[in-house]
Amino acid sequence: MKRKKIYSPNFIIGLVITGAMLLLILIGFVHTPYDITKMDSAAKLAAPSFKHLMGCDNFGRDIFSRVLKGMGNTFVIAAATVSIGTVCGVIVGAFTGYFGGLLDEVLMRVNDVVFAFPSILLALVFVSIFGTGKYNVIGALGIAFIPSFARIVRGEFIKYREMDYVKSARLAGVGQLRMIFVHILPNAMPVLTSSIMIGFNNAVLAEAGMSYLGIGVQPPSASLGSMLSESQTYLFSAPWYALFPGLMIILMVLGLSLLADRGAK
Amino acid sequence: MTKRGQKFGKVLFASMLLTLTVALSGCSGDKAAGDSTQIADTSAANSSEANTVANAETDTSSEVPGEATETENDASHITIGIPQDLDSLVPSLSQGAGTQEILYNIYEGLYKPDSEGNLVPAVASDYTMSEDGLVYTFTLREGIQFHNGNPVTVADVKYSIETCAGLNGGEPVISAFSNIVSVETPDERTVVITLKESSSPFMAILSTVEAAIVPADVTDLQTNPIGTGPYKFVSRSLQENVVLERFDGYWGEPAHIKDITLKVLADSDSIVMNLEGGAVDLVARISTAQAAELGDDFEVLEGTMNLVQAMYLNNAAAPFDNEKVRQALCYAVNKQEILDFVSEGKGTLVGSSMFPAFGKYYVEELNDLYTTDLEKAKALLGEAGYADGFSFTMKVPSNYQQHVDTAQVVAEQLKQINVTANIELIEWETWLNDVYQGRDFEATLVGVDASTLTAGAMLSRFRSDAHNNFINYNNQEYDAAYKEALAAEAVMDDEKATEAYKKCETILAETAANVYIQDMCELVAVRKGFTGYTFYPLYIQDFSKLDVQ
Repeated sequence: MKRKKIYSPNFIIGLVITGAMLLLILIGFVHTPYDITKMDSAAKLAAPSFKHLMGCDNFGRDIFSRVLKGMGNTFVIAAATVSIGTVCGVIVGAFTGYFGGLLDEVLMRVNDVVFAFPSILLALVFVSIFGTGKYNVIGALGIAFIPSFARIVRGEFIKYREMDYVKSARLAGVGQLRMIFVHILPNAMPVLTSSIMIGFNNAVLAEAGMSYLGIGVQPPSASLGSMLSESQTYLFSAPWYALFPGLMIILMVLGLSLLADRGAK
Repeated sequence: MTKRGQKFGKVLFASMLLTLTVALSGCSGDKAAGDSTQIADTSAANSSEANTVANAETDTSSEVPGEATETENDASHITIGIPQDLDSLVPSLSQGAGTQEILYNIYEGLYKPDSEGNLVPAVASDYTMSEDGLVYTFTLREGIQFHNGNPVTVADVKYSIETCAGLNGGEPVISAFSNIVSVETPDERTVVITLKESSSPFMAILSTVEAAIVPADVTDLQTNPIGTGPYKFVSRSLQENVVLERFDGYWGEPAHIKDITLKVLADSDSIVMNLEGGAVDLVARISTAQAAELGDDFEVLEGTMNLVQAMYLNNAAAPFDNEKVRQALCYAVNKQEILDFVSEGKGTLVGSSMFPAFGKYYVEELNDLYTTDLEKAKALLGEAGYADGFSFTMKVPSNYQQHVDTAQVVAEQLKQINVTANIELIEWETWLNDVYQGRDFEATLVGVDASTLTAGAMLSRFRSDAHNNFINYNNQEYDAAYKEALAAEAVMDDEKATEAYKKCETILAETAANVYIQDMCELVAVRKGFTGYTFYPLYIQDFSKLDVQ
């Protein structure tokens, strides 16, 4: 009976959190209370107040505005990263899983090589070659995310390609591309969806890590990771500076984790 | 239940990652204050030593060595935090400014810089220079001994200088020393150094730690460093600490504190913890933010870092090849506001490539050449054909938080005249490669310091044909003024040389070669009870002057 219960409490909590986050991100794209680079010497490290909801940073910039924009940046990077990973991963995984043979051997060994490096390390190498910045980070993380999607999709395809319905479709003369994308891929969707959500979470954390190390979003723009990095010196004198960006990262990841779990059931 | 457990684990993992990220923050902290943007070049040719060799005989030099009175604080001990381990214990092989400032306490050259920036006698007690400036004759200090008790002989001096000059085979360790033809020892107390051509910065370079006098018969200096300085080496634990002890046979005024432990604090965010927790007593070059976190147990001394922080502009890259554009930037930048934002208003404003520690060479009036005037800045941009503004990329080394902060304030200020500065953070090594050596940049924000207190150490790099002219500055008037200064120095006309150098600085400021900002303030945290920390106009930490109350 549990199967029929669609809305588990966790799912609802996840939905609410993610919805709230998306709303904030949307607001950030349209409007922020303050210009995110506007400095104000009178408000240096000001504590949270009604004027500045989350206080101000060491340049007197409004943290709430920067968090809104920073979440937007983090979201865009994570979404783009996962899109690259998913599209490429599905193509690689589908073909290797469906056809097998030499193609599978070669591509999966390449996959193993990429997989062998921690994604952050791989991204660091990429960035050191192509330079820092938002778009390079997207590219770097995107490539690093391909192998995990490819593996999952490949596994699904290996499972389905020997199933009776596939065999009968084949006998009925269905083309290979149609077979892959129309007949088999939809069956892999549940697994793919949850791995996209988990992947998105990992991308959020990876972006935060990259920006934290100073190779993602460049100042004076904001991302949650770069804000964490900038705030560390003021951890004791202005704890809100680190607290709010950190909280936002946790909430973004938590919300999607709860949703992803539902999707996996 | 297992599913719930897994999910919980995932969330927990995510939060742990975040916590870890916050905790790891220590690793990348603002090393800005750390090992300085040491890009000064000892080999910077043709600078002036002029008057820096002063008072040949100070009262300390007449003390008889070996009889240095045992000072009162025999049980005294201090632990000093240093930002990185020493890269070498052999003076001629040392590279980092952070290493050399420590070795200053163990080794001495024939002469050495004092806290005023003057060169004072050390291993030598006196010297004379021939009329043509080619032959330097040094008199060895009487009775001076190494840490191992052996007397310093002229053979040791000959060996040390020849090693640095590459006369014992191999490349010269100090490139300026390739100018040395021979080192001779006519008697037991005299060393004669002959040069190919006269060189005014010779004495200043001879006084750096690299040119220190080491014993000729000790081959394992790397593990057994032996010099003549006020402190002798006791032990070292890699990446952890270096232990020093007062050398009681020191020829000069003996050090006050007996034992010194240098503790490596590679993680700059742990500095405050280490100080507050009592693990270290003194840390130099902390940031204003760190200073603000310290409690009442500490005194924060304020000096200057002795460098010129500026937005250095590639004068060969459009639009910075246009003088009006560069001047417009100078008018748009509000230096005092930068100081207020970045360092609580601390720091000394500069208006050209010279900082106050240089004394007579420093022209204070240049600071006020460009008072912030946005209308004028816009007008100048209009004249230059950039009425609608432009955008450029500013490369900033990411390990120097103060420069990164300053860059952000500058970028914000430039917005007011519709100029967009895109900041690109790069690694220090990349900076050295691309910006300093490759000159592949539009603008960069760093500090440039001097390895010797000769005007040339700051100014020679802006000659149009200088090998280290990384901003591609090309101004014939400047070249002429610099030649004038050298010519005046060659005939020892110091007044005229100083005038010419000042003219050089004025040209740099008037043509707005760079957007000059400040000589950054240096903050030193000292536990109450310790006294005597002395600021040097060069990159030096002198432990011998420290004392316990």
